[in-house]
Amino acid sequence: MFGHGVLVPSYRKRTAYQAMLLGGMATLASAVLVLGDLETRDDIALRHAEDLKASLSQVLPDAVHDNDLLSDVLTLPPEQPGAKPLKIYRAHLDNRISAVAYEVSSNGYAGPVTCIMGVAANGEILGVRVLAHAETPGLGDKIEIAKDRWITSFDGHSLENTDSKQWHVKKDGGVFDQFTGATITPRAVVKAVHEGLAVFDANRAAILSSATPDADPTNEGGKDHE
Amino acid sequence: MSDTPLIDYRRIMRDGLWDNNVVFSQMLALCPLLAVTGTATNGLGMGIASLVVLVLSNLVVALFRDIITPEVRIPIFVLLIAAIVTVVDMVINAWLHELHKVLGLFIPLIVTNCAILGRAESFASRQSVRASIVDGFAMGAGFTVALVVLGAVREILGAGTLFANASLLLGDSFTFLELTLIPDYRGFLIMALPPGGFLMMGFLLAGKRVLDARRSRKIENSSAMQAVEAGI
Repeated sequence: MFGHGVLVPSYRKRTAYQAMLLGGMATLASAVLVLGDLETRDDIALRHAEDLKASLSQVLPDAVHDNDLLSDVLTLPPEQPGAKPLKIYRAHLDNRISAVAYEVSSNGYAGPVTCIMGVAANGEILGVRVLAHAETPGLGDKIEIAKDRWITSFDGHSLENTDSKQWHVKKDGGVFDQFTGATITPRAVVKAVHEGLAVFDANRAAILSSATPDADPTNEGGKDHE
Repeated sequence: MSDTPLIDYRRIMRDGLWDNNVVFSQMLALCPLLAVTGTATNGLGMGIASLVVLVLSNLVVALFRDIITPEVRIPIFVLLIAAIVTVVDMVINAWLHELHKVLGLFIPLIVTNCAILGRAESFASRQSVRASIVDGFAMGAGFTVALVVLGAVREILGAGTLFANASLLLGDSFTFLELTLIPDYRGFLIMALPPGGFLMMGFLLAGKRVLDARRSRKIENSSAMQAVEAGI
């Protein structure tokens, strides 16, 4: 195209041609992006819903619920103005709320780490899974269940059986392991989960009461081993 | 250039894989290289995704090469490459979702791969569509090899494993690739971190120079011998 002595038509030297060319290419690129988005948007939304359901079922085992997990969603207003409201997915068993699951997040090494956690009605953690993060592959990504079992170390912990000094990684005097080469990432996850339990504790009545007028929702959902 | 009737495809492949390798000769794309080569599996994933984008961007640039003018070529290449990367990201997310969960982190990084812009500028904008596709493939394959080699060395030294989690990327039939070479290895952290990548990169570059030097010396020697024999 350029640089090998072929006569270039003179209209190509005009500014208008350059502008048209650039504009045309930008239009073409936008059209391709719009088409791509239209074609893939529904599938991507579907995949994300499937992912959400799959992660919900990991933190809320089938044994604790008999309802569709996406069917009962309670929305808590955000604590700080401007933050996103917290969506709480509630699991029912025999018309009683047996457990809930919700997203928590905190800042890791390379941006926010978003987790989903399942909490039994007695305040004990049923499971935690990482939904999204941008941590270093090979180091911080051991928080994913696919790479490491670490994330299961939260199971069974609650605010009662683990006091706030213990809610840290071992390096900071707590009970949770850190990784070789990555302390910031597990620290962020521990912090997020700890804060998540605090939210549960603060809103316990609201989370467990409504929608089940005929049952006493306290302390009967999960196994109580204290 | 473009008026050469015969395109030497073997030359193109050789250039991409060794003589003009993106990483080891052109020294391009070092940012994604050092960012993802903590393990061989991550390197392979990034390599394959980059290869697809390289082939597509070379194809598109070669198609439009006759209407693009030198004055506005750079913004046009950047625009086309960014659009291609975004579309590839969306397609993988929608229809190859399992793969996207593994590669998702790396795909946007491909935009920062200057090798793609480099090939658009120095090859695809001057050559036929077919030659450009072959060049994209060769360069992508050379980049993939570099990523896998660097990732493998760093993974072995850093964690004592090879191709850990390869089944997440390639499917369960590739579980056999996952090796633990050094059991109970405590890990050599610097190799897993970017500085280790730089160090290892330096050793690999030196290694390639030594091989190249030895090869050219051999050729010189043999031609000198021939000259001597002919003289006698």
